Amino acid sequence: MTTDTMTAPTAPPRSRTDVDWSRVSRHGALAGLTLVFIASIGMVTILNARVLIDPWLTLGYLSLLWVPVFFGFTAASEVTPDGGVAPVKGERDLVAGMVTGALSGLYFTFFIVIIDRFDLTDIFSNLLPRLVELLTFGKSMGATAAIWIVGFAILGLVGGAAQVASPKVRRALSWAVAGVIIVALLEAVITDLSQGLHVEFITDFIYAPNGGLITGSAVILAAAFGAAGFQSSGKTLDQRRQERMSQPKEVLVRKNTIAAVLTILAVIFVPMVVGNLTNELFANVGLFVLMGLGLNIVVGSAGLLDLGYVAFFAVGAYTTAVLTSPLSPYWMPTLELNFLSWEGWLIVAIVLVMAAISGILVGTPVIRLRGDYLAIVTLGFGEIVRILFLSDWLAPYFGGAQGITNIPGASVGPIEISGTNSQAIFYLIAVFVGIAIYVAWRLQTSRTGRAWSALREDEDVAEAMGINTTAIKLTAFVTGAILASFAGMVFAVKVGSVFPASFKLLVSIIILVIVIVGGMGSIPGVIVGAVVLIGVLGGPTQPGLLQEFGQFKLLIYGALLVIMMLKRPEGLWPSMRRQRELHSDEMSQDAWLTGDPGTDLEEEDA
Amino acid sequence: MAIFVIVWGFVGAIALGMEGEGLTAEAWKQLIVSGIAQGSMYGLIALGYSMVYGVLGFINFAHGEVFMVGAIVGYFTADALFTVGLWESNFFIAIFLVIVASMLSSTFAAVLIEKIAYRPLRNAPRLIPLITSIGVSFFIQNAVLLLVGPAVRSYPSAPDWLREQRDILGFQISGTIVAVVVIAAVSMIGLWLFVERSVTGRAMRAVAEDKEIAALMGINVDRVIVMTFAVGGAMAGVAAILWGLLFRGVSYITGFLPGIKAFTAAVLGGIGNIVGAFFGGILLGLFEGIGPNVVLRGLAWQIPTALGITLVIAGGVVVFAGRALHRNGVVVLGAATILLGVAGILGWTVVIPGLSQLKDVVAFTALVLVLIFKPAGLFGEQLGAEDRA
Repeated sequence: MTTDTMTAPTAPPRSRTDVDWSRVSRHGALAGLTLVFIASIGMVTILNARVLIDPWLTLGYLSLLWVPVFFGFTAASEVTPDGGVAPVKGERDLVAGMVTGALSGLYFTFFIVIIDRFDLTDIFSNLLPRLVELLTFGKSMGATAAIWIVGFAILGLVGGAAQVASPKVRRALSWAVAGVIIVALLEAVITDLSQGLHVEFITDFIYAPNGGLITGSAVILAAAFGAAGFQSSGKTLDQRRQERMSQPKEVLVRKNTIAAVLTILAVIFVPMVVGNLTNELFANVGLFVLMGLGLNIVVGSAGLLDLGYVAFFAVGAYTTAVLTSPLSPYWMPTLELNFLSWEGWLIVAIVLVMAAISGILVGTPVIRLRGDYLAIVTLGFGEIVRILFLSDWLAPYFGGAQGITNIPGASVGPIEISGTNSQAIFYLIAVFVGIAIYVAWRLQTSRTGRAWSALREDEDVAEAMGINTTAIKLTAFVTGAILASFAGMVFAVKVGSVFPASFKLLVSIIILVIVIVGGMGSIPGVIVGAVVLIGVLGGPTQPGLLQEFGQFKLLIYGALLVIMMLKRPEGLWPSMRRQRELHSDEMSQDAWLTGDPGTDLEEEDA
Repeated sequence: MAIFVIVWGFVGAIALGMEGEGLTAEAWKQLIVSGIAQGSMYGLIALGYSMVYGVLGFINFAHGEVFMVGAIVGYFTADALFTVGLWESNFFIAIFLVIVASMLSSTFAAVLIEKIAYRPLRNAPRLIPLITSIGVSFFIQNAVLLLVGPAVRSYPSAPDWLREQRDILGFQISGTIVAVVVIAAVSMIGLWLFVERSVTGRAMRAVAEDKEIAALMGINVDRVIVMTFAVGGAMAGVAAILWGLLFRGVSYITGFLPGIKAFTAAVLGGIGNIVGAFFGGILLGLFEGIGPNVVLRGLAWQIPTALGITLVIAGGVVVFAGRALHRNGVVVLGAATILLGVAGILGWTVVIPGLSQLKDVVAFTALVLVLIFKPAGLFGEQLGAEDRA
């Protein structure tokens, strides 16, 4: 399937002053559209509540300010056609960036005039008078236009200048900006941590009393991060990983062991010093790591795109609820989820068996289907399970829309683990995550794991090599189901009640985004993905660090899924194998160019 | 399998009817008529799934959202025309304008999605564009939610003279349903003529058959793919207005269920098969109209013991026949018959409360059953060699 349409290589600009005007006008229009979109979905108004740098920068304005910089940068950059001459850098990049910024400011001013003159709230519910107020700064329209056009022209110029600047300067600038923003955004956690360590004087010094960095400390931070960026080696994460992988095996093993021990120590001791809110956040992240690891086995290792994964989560949660809640309508002798008595382990065993049964029930009919049909069928199963839990028909067993409440929580001997004690919940989840990581890691290198990879690469060939494809796919399904059902069990204990509304398709998609952003088939990737997404943006109902983003997080999840697929399908922290699969073309091309026949990879059949 | 379910349901319903609890003949006719109207709407959406799958070999999960965008834009147009008074005074011109607006917006959305999200993935493994389309669908849903708010907005109802019930061929049919079926049929015929007769249509079929050879024959493959998305989007736009006429309420989640159902219809009709998609839609609409009543009431069917024993024996024979012929569908059918017989002998009755809640379960079950047992569709798949795997 090679239908590459050859785009005629455009001749690179001949001089430092030859600006590609059509590119500039295109990028200016795109930037304008992006600005209008961001303002129309209410980001500016809602995020304005979050002060980043007291008193002049809020998250709301930041959501606009990055646009001219980004598009100024892209308008100035040019793709070098294969085998072509790299375009000359120079004044033209600055002009391109500046004009792009000014154009976007111009379009944005038009937009402000329109929403000021006409009341469009009947159609666009977020174009409120408050937005006009924020965008005009209470000044006249002429002054507003001047502010936006000139301001965005300057920001566009910065974007264009970044193309010309030396890598060291560029790194210093981006580190400074990113560092200040991150420190400002992480205010809650940093404050919490400093209180736990009794060093509040630091945060009192950095942050203003009612939120946001103090301007002075922002400048100091920018300088510090800038200097660090200037000094840094500038290697990308991938390059570092490549280097790491090429070290001798003993060194690698030693380093990995040290890293693992440090991580375990951090997991044990950090929750002790941070507050309840942060522990809650950790617990949510852990829950999604657990589910992500499960889905990673199904999607990442075995290549079966399961969109109904939430069904297994629901099975675990409902099984626990039915068995332990005194209010569960059907099952009367309630069991106690005590991990030091046989009752607790009986519950774990029942959850495991139920998960395995449901995994087999869903898995058996679908595994013969081709990949994309399998995705849709599992989606159907997931929705069926949810609607059944919701229905009046099964309400005598599962409580219908009211769900099952009063789940008493778990205990280890005398220690109570319930939703009110986030720290204990976190340790419980950490134990399960630890087990899941171990299982996933051992499976990956086992005979089964190798069979999964073989299956993902080419099912026919795998079958020809004597792999029982049906059995091996079912194993993946069941393993994934068991991990999800354990997550469901912990979820029931943590929340204390289960409702069908907690098990929407949304949850499956979010877990999928975690796996994909992290890196399909990569265990550390899933952890990174969950920490970044659930920790920062939040889960389907759980708030993340950026609580203000609550309304926008699903939009961002959707966008992330698309961007990752387009730009980096192997994820942030890819497994080596997956990276090679997805970039085999480039790698074989590199090998061919450098004349190294040894690394010649077979071109993958898409 | 789906046919089996329908048959089973019919038998159950007839038995119920004999006991005097079932639906009257008039109610049956109503269900069939509204089923056909709904089904022709599904059929129009299904075309988009089917054509894209035929040409590019992946499920465009975001197609339901294309439909939703059309429905939302259509609503605002209809609302404006209603305020002006054109909707009441000259309904046909108004509905034409609304359809044009909806088609334009849906087409624009579909083409934009193709350009931004799918074109860079032309040669990626099959699951990658599918995952991308899930992301696109998520993004559009939430963008619309944030832009126009979560409220369900209702299309203005059709004028009274149109909604009036008329007696056509012994069926009591409201004018709205006639309008829906006529609009769907006209669009469908137009599309069929376009694909079968026009040069672009021929190019589309060529590209669906084999992209490489088509490119060698001087066809601009990229342009044809954009056309495919545009045509699918336009049909979704028409379907969106039919939705507005039939159900009236639209919001940002309007696209999800019709999208899933239309995809089922596309598979049922044989993916890549345009005529099949339309008839698959009508079949699914009928099944959905009749199904929940019949299938779920059929479960409450009381079977006399003698009949139960006969069913068990007959089922056993069918299972053996199925095993001998290596037809799994037949085996399942036999097993289900045995179960039915056993249920009858033991005198089980399952009375299901809250039947309407399970309407979507029936729809999803239809989806699951069609994909598992009839993935090649009733009218045959039409896929290029490379997409068949």
